[in-house]
Amino acid sequence: MQKLLLLGDEAIAQAALDAGMSGMYAYPGTPSTEIMEYIQASPRAAAEGVRREWSSNEKTAMEAALGMSYAGKRAMVAMKHVGLNVAADAFINSAVTGVNGGLVVVAADDPSMHSSQNEQDSRFYGRFAMVPVLEPRNQQEAYDMIFDAFDLSEKYKLPVLIRITTRLAHSRAAIERRDARTQNSSSLPSDPRQFVLLPAIARKQYRALTGLYEKLRTDSVLSGYNRFAKSDSRKTGIITCGIAYNYLLENLEQHHDDFPVLSLAAYPVNSDAVAELVESCGRVLVLEEGYPLIEEQLRGLLDRDVKVAGRLDGTVPRDGELNPAIVAAAMGMKKDSGKEVPAVVRQRLPSFCKGCGHADVFSALAEVMKGYGPGRVFSDIGCYTLGALPPFNMVNSCVDMGASVTMAVGAADAGLFPAVAFIGDSTFTHSGMTGLLDAVIKDSPITVIISDNSTTGMTGGQQSQATGRIESICLGLGVNPDHLRMIIPLRKNHEENMAVISEELNHHGLSVIIAMRECIQTASRNKKAAAAKKSQTA
Amino acid sequence: MKCDIILAGVGGQGILSIAATIGLAAVERGLFLKQSEVHGMSQRGGDVQSHLRISDSEIHSDLIPHGGADMIISVEPMEALRYLPWLAPEGWVITNSVPYVNIPDYPDMAELKAALEDNGNTVVLDADSIARDLGSPRSGNMVILGAASSFIPMPFEILEHAVQQLFNRKGEVVVDLNIQALRAGREAAGRE
Ligand code: SF4
Repeated sequence: MQKLLLLGDEAIAQAALDAGMSGMYAYPGTPSTEIMEYIQASPRAAAEGVRREWSSNEKTAMEAALGMSYAGKRAMVAMKHVGLNVAADAFINSAVTGVNGGLVVVAADDPSMHSSQNEQDSRFYGRFAMVPVLEPRNQQEAYDMIFDAFDLSEKYKLPVLIRITTRLAHSRAAIERRDARTQNSSSLPSDPRQFVLLPAIARKQYRALTGLYEKLRTDSVLSGYNRFAKSDSRKTGIITCGIAYNYLLENLEQHHDDFPVLSLAAYPVNSDAVAELVESCGRVLVLEEGYPLIEEQLRGLLDRDVKVAGRLDGTVPRDGELNPAIVAAAMGMKKDSGKEVPAVVRQRLPSFCKGCGHADVFSALAEVMKGYGPGRVFSDIGCYTLGALPPFNMVNSCVDMGASVTMAVGAADAGLFPAVAFIGDSTFTHSGMTGLLDAVIKDSPITVIISDNSTTGMTGGQQSQATGRIESICLGLGVNPDHLRMIIPLRKNHEENMAVISEELNHHGLSVIIAMRECIQTASRNKKAAAAKKSQTA
Repeated sequence: MKCDIILAGVGGQGILSIAATIGLAAVERGLFLKQSEVHGMSQRGGDVQSHLRISDSEIHSDLIPHGGADMIISVEPMEALRYLPWLAPEGWVITNSVPYVNIPDYPDMAELKAALEDNGNTVVLDADSIARDLGSPRSGNMVILGAASSFIPMPFEILEHAVQQLFNRKGEVVVDLNIQALRAGREAAGRE
């Protein structure tokens, strides 16, 4: 079969289609977004009726995927690492319920925080939930692992977690495809009480899960992904996890046999393989893209039985992603670096696109807020977080999806008045609505600005569940219509918009201002797509 | 054979069409390829880069090691300099001379020029003007790729063919303009 040139994300998507997946569920988030985008664009997915709509958030995505699995079909759900926090309730419990149709969960971690608020390592979630975790070393392995993940899921009746990081997600390589499988036909779970986690049932299933997790250590498919390459040298043994292996190979070149290497890509790990390495070497260097998960386990609480080097003793930096240079340094190899960056090179931070509606909202807000002093604008996650940077320097918080509304509520409870929440439309329907209900119920004296650009802008303009619905959602939640205001964020409306913001800031109760103007990037993309369609039909 | 290329620019300048062209050419030659991209926050006018690696043997790392790149191809002069730590001592910089000014403290052009000259192995050309003169102002990327083409260990016709494949969907006129841009860049670099 012809090879395809695919991003790691796309390889996962193609594999899921080839492995007979019936439904894909996701909320956009860098670096996971392209998985769903690929499936949405796939003509084959369309022809075969694969369900592939965006979900409101990662939790609803995870639950819908679990529902599809309940009904016997294969489902996949994908999210960025912090999305797994949102989906965690459903994810952890899905290990206790178990699955019916194969269920694969993809978490795309972002070490070095290229586009994120933290660099949490999703492998911990896998251990926490007690499910198999696969961590591909390269794009081809990502493709192949999806087949095994569905098989393992159906064999053990467990969800399987695929953990990737930014570099794999967003790097392209040639992929060799396998023969496609057909989708499952639907079927109910054989045990009608399997998904009913009443305490009596949950206790029984949880106990079974703890036993099953230990059994996974000797599963041949999982162990097969963890490869040990022996060496006569006994000084330093190396353990790599996931793509760290590539950086090692990059440095070893022809010195392959100088170190025994255990390359891990599947968890839970069989301790026999680790024992063999540890017993043959005086020292073990652990290279992990992410938190020191294996390193901590190896050290144990007392940290005295094995001589370990890694992130915890500073051999490898404690945070940030790995690269060939970091790995070379950790191995004590001297590598030539290129020249220094000349002093003329300035930082080029991201900024609003020229003409972005969010920027117009911020200009009006900034001018009004001058009268109240700094420290009063709680914001959220999206392009508008850029309001924290010059020239606006307006945003005082960006924590997690939806936190703008609820942090403003809490700050107002503490007496901060006026307090402003600044949130985008897609973030609002992701996790802002429930917080707004809290604010409605106590008529919290805050002003919530929903900057509605009718898209999920930051991740490249995916459909927003909020489009055309924000006003009715607010009214439905019980926002007072007298303090639900609409503005159009354009330069020419600047004075008018300032007046509206100023009025609502002075209201000692809940106000919501919806600022509506489509993201200019999405608008131009839509225009181009419409033109292309027209020329096709013409 | 191995060729490691850093592609540099500002989010929204479209360095990925250069990457896609070289990628298609590499596939046609049956070479191994890895190409990492930046998606997300930085695409909003921040600095973006792509690590493009082609080789006739298996490629391990998605990232080019520091001091290992054979060339930096940049569509913006300041961005070309940002990645010098990745450039091999004998590596080349091929860059557009036209600045993309979206920050208040953009450096003085004379200083920037001096820093580029300082680097030695550097080709600087005004890709925007060349593209404009061809009547295809948006083909600056292909001009830059053309200027870099003599450093890329692949026959020029393979790159031309890749451009054709890449723009095929957009019709013959667009294909022709981009191939002209590619040729004009190669000529302007004067390294036939
Ligand atoms: S992508 Fe859209 S929402 Fe984001 S900064 Fe650009 S115009 Fe604004």
